Amino acid sequence: MPYASEAAPLVSVVGVTKRFGEMAAVDGVSLEIARGEFFALLGPSGCGKTTLLRMLAGFEVPDAGRILIDGIDMTDVPPYARPVNMMFQSYALFPHMSVRENVAFGLRQERVAKPAIRERVAAVLDLVQMGGLGDRRPHQLSGGQRQRVALARALVKQPKLLLLDEPLAALDRKLREQTQFELVRIQEQVGITFVVVTHDQAEAMTMASRIAVMDRGRLLQIGPPSEVYEAPNSRFVADFIGSVNFLPGTVRATTDRGLLIASTDAGLLRVAGAGATPDGAEVTVALRPEKIAMSRTPASRHDNQCTGVVREIGYLGGFSLFRVALQSGAVLRVSLPNAERSAATQFARDEQVFLSWTSGAGLVLVE
Amino acid sequence: MNAPDPMGRRVAIGLPYLWLVVFVLVPFLIVLTISFAESALGIPPYIAPLGFAKGWIPQLRGTLGSYGLILGDSLYLKAYLNSLRFAAVAMLLCLLLGYPMAYAIARAPERWRNPLLMLVILPFWTSFLIRVYAWIGILKTNGLINNLLLWTGIVHEPLPLLNNEFSVELGLVYSYLPFMILPLYATLERMDLSLLEAAADLGATPFRAFLAVTLPLSLPGIAAGAALVFIPAVGEFVIPDLLGGPDTLMIGKVLWDEFFTNRDWPVASAVAVAMLVLLVAPIVLAQHALRKGAESS
Repeated sequence: MPYASEAAPLVSVVGVTKRFGEMAAVDGVSLEIARGEFFALLGPSGCGKTTLLRMLAGFEVPDAGRILIDGIDMTDVPPYARPVNMMFQSYALFPHMSVRENVAFGLRQERVAKPAIRERVAAVLDLVQMGGLGDRRPHQLSGGQRQRVALARALVKQPKLLLLDEPLAALDRKLREQTQFELVRIQEQVGITFVVVTHDQAEAMTMASRIAVMDRGRLLQIGPPSEVYEAPNSRFVADFIGSVNFLPGTVRATTDRGLLIASTDAGLLRVAGAGATPDGAEVTVALRPEKIAMSRTPASRHDNQCTGVVREIGYLGGFSLFRVALQSGAVLRVSLPNAERSAATQFARDEQVFLSWTSGAGLVLVE
Repeated sequence: MNAPDPMGRRVAIGLPYLWLVVFVLVPFLIVLTISFAESALGIPPYIAPLGFAKGWIPQLRGTLGSYGLILGDSLYLKAYLNSLRFAAVAMLLCLLLGYPMAYAIARAPERWRNPLLMLVILPFWTSFLIRVYAWIGILKTNGLINNLLLWTGIVHEPLPLLNNEFSVELGLVYSYLPFMILPLYATLERMDLSLLEAAADLGATPFRAFLAVTLPLSLPGIAAGAALVFIPAVGEFVIPDLLGGPDTLMIGKVLWDEFFTNRDWPVASAVAVAMLVLLVAPIVLAQHALRKGAESS
């Protein structure tokens, strides 16, 4: 954890478990979040990320474990006494209050003086570019505007920790992309630690400085986006973050340049790094589609090469996705950027192709 | 929206209006007409204010005498004010009792909500009259409560529980409580609970969250419940007649007496019309205020 060592963590989750009936929604999770981080909890629906977020907010009490915020045990502190604010997935704006009253609500609970409230509300509405709409009611706003008001309302108290539950889920795709960058801008501007819950890996990778991947209540991996993507520690993480090919095989030898793995699908594989795997071990090689090169003639320099037949082609504009059947019958996904407009370089269906990749492209997963 | 069958639409919209015209407007106009009539011995016991003289010449024989009578006699005014007071107190008590009940039902686990609502509605399965009668047995000098209190030695003389203002108010609250609970439950049950979480998250204690979020959002339910209790309670006749004392003056009872005891239909009609005006005016004002509030929100 590269960030945790720099200073005392803002949030410490220590062995937290939360059960609903028989099922453990969150199962023995421990993690630390540093001050000023943009932290993402990522996982499929039902993985426990929202329950963990709600425990940070105080809406759920853990069955076991402790939650410390800024060094103080918050496990049993009610939500209204925590230095934490949350932006709800439904936004939960008060329908009977104007935008300004919604944003001022938190400050009024703190009994901040009226002129100071007016000033801070105006400032935070400007920050989210809603300055002109303070008198509107929530139902008079568009979805994107409501999202901004919800963010402003959560920001205005300057909490130590801001929790965002699927903040962009209700927005359409174009607006979502734009808002991702804006959230990052706002987070850098205010310097508050953000914890965002999302099921969208692209969203998490765009915004977060660190990502925690969860599945079935357990924390699987935690790290910066590039680390989680390039060095996933399990099949689940590799598969959930981005697209991946799995090639099962047996370790044959360990050389100073890496492992030699016998694969029934693609012959002998050379994979760099990871020396702790004994010979004869059953492993899986994870290979991202964009790391495979495809050509009509054999590649001149390569560590790994096999032949296959193009079965399906998905044209996605910026790149194309190919499903290539190997001789064993296994199908590899290969993605190639469409660098030129000409169709001449493109591959055709049922075309015989050579696939190649370097020893640094694949990753050995032991499970 | 396109209307494939404008005729069918017109019928669908027209039917409730037709119902209102036939069963509300026409009877009201009849009562209004009678209120301007002169009372007389006979069947019906009045002279129709609109009639035709010989030769089919329309003739107006109306009089404002009945209105003069009810304005002149302070008994009627007192009965009106008493009714308003009884109804207002009943409305407040129903609100104070009904709100926590509606709240508890709305926040109960989902599988409990319908059985609990059934319990609220259950009294309607028995005749209203029988239920009010039953209170006599409970409240009378030799009744359930007094016997219990005497037997346990808490009191040595029976308490005067029946035939006074207390028993009338009790009867009103008992009878009309469900009409307060049901609309309140409807608004509280569909309230978005994440709003309360948001309030708590922003630093509001549960009590302050109730005052700032739950209460204002349940105002439509309060208004509906208050109207459903207040309006029928003002004109209530059975409860003051059965549970009230000789000095319990309520306009519904006065109306009954004018109609059936005195057989003075014009005065009874004038009382009814005046009651309607007195009730409709504040309701229209309240609705107007509510609509303005809804528009600005």
